Amino acid sequence: MTPFRSCTALAFAVVLSSAAAADDIGQIKVARGTVNVERAGTTLAATVGMRMQTADTLRTGADGSAGITMNDDSLLSAGPNSVLVLEHYALDPATSQGRFDAALNKGTLIVVSGRIAKQAPDAMTVRTPTAILGARGTEFAVSVGE
Amino acid sequence: MMRGTGRRALALALAALVVLAACAPVSNVVLLPEAGGHSSAVAVTHGDKQVVLDQPYAAARDAPTGLATYTSNEAEVKARWADALAAQPARAETFTLYFVEGKDVLTDESRRQVDKTLAEIAQRPVPDVLVVGHTDAVGNQASNDALAKRRADSIRDELIRLGVPAANVQVIARGKRAPLVPTADGVAEPRNRRVEIIVR
Repeated sequence: MTPFRSCTALAFAVVLSSAAAADDIGQIKVARGTVNVERAGTTLAATVGMRMQTADTLRTGADGSAGITMNDDSLLSAGPNSVLVLEHYALDPATSQGRFDAALNKGTLIVVSGRIAKQAPDAMTVRTPTAILGARGTEFAVSVGE
Repeated sequence: MMRGTGRRALALALAALVVLAACAPVSNVVLLPEAGGHSSAVAVTHGDKQVVLDQPYAAARDAPTGLATYTSNEAEVKARWADALAAQPARAETFTLYFVEGKDVLTDESRRQVDKTLAEIAQRPVPDVLVVGHTDAVGNQASNDALAKRRADSIRDELIRLGVPAANVQVIARGKRAPLVPTADGVAEPRNRRVEIIVR
């Protein structure tokens, strides 16, 4: 993993002349009702346009829902009363190789996998409290609760 | 020895999980039909068991026996995931503009499209834009990287001029590494002299 990470860092340093920070992994595109992002012990009200970072936890209230587009074009959208953790994210923008692990602790989630899953099967996973879902170029619905 | 201890701890944890599973929230997964009819699948790993869902609406959920597979349907998905579906962001879209050989100048045809394309991008809510510059295979790597960068920068500047916040535009220069039409090195190919604008 370490050589890959340093390659990623190098790729960013060499070819990216962008304003977006390298630790941005995605962006909130849709936020309705109560939606919060927990980051490093603080709770932020989620707004459309907000950048997501690795280890962020997205929480939606009873009236909340939210949609995120990740840098590899994967889409995650959560319904009410959901807890979604972006546990791990690595993407080499030049090759689209990477790794994306998310966890749905409760609630509902629609996943459309992106370039990471296209490059390697099971490079994108969604974990629930009881199962691990490996995306193989795919769109799927997950729920935890009942 | 550490490893053996670890294994025992893992076995205990797994046993605890089995006991807990009875009161844990139920996980449910449904494979959705693909927009373009492409084949797709999701692998569901549950303890030491794995099932691969590879048909539209193939589904699995926790059951006392471990994992139960079933066939879901559009009505169940729409009912249970209505709000999540409604919150889905627009899919990424790619626009391509072509350039004159060796220059950061658009071809006449792309020049005619550019205003419409860029205006469409600028109109979207929070457009997150990736501008990727490419060249054909004429010349060395370094000069093509520089040319690809100039092409991408010219499009970026235009997007910013149209009101897209600079923070939302990233530029990548791929040079001759990612041709649309693969050619031998040194070959001039108009379709490879391009900038791709990926809008998320």
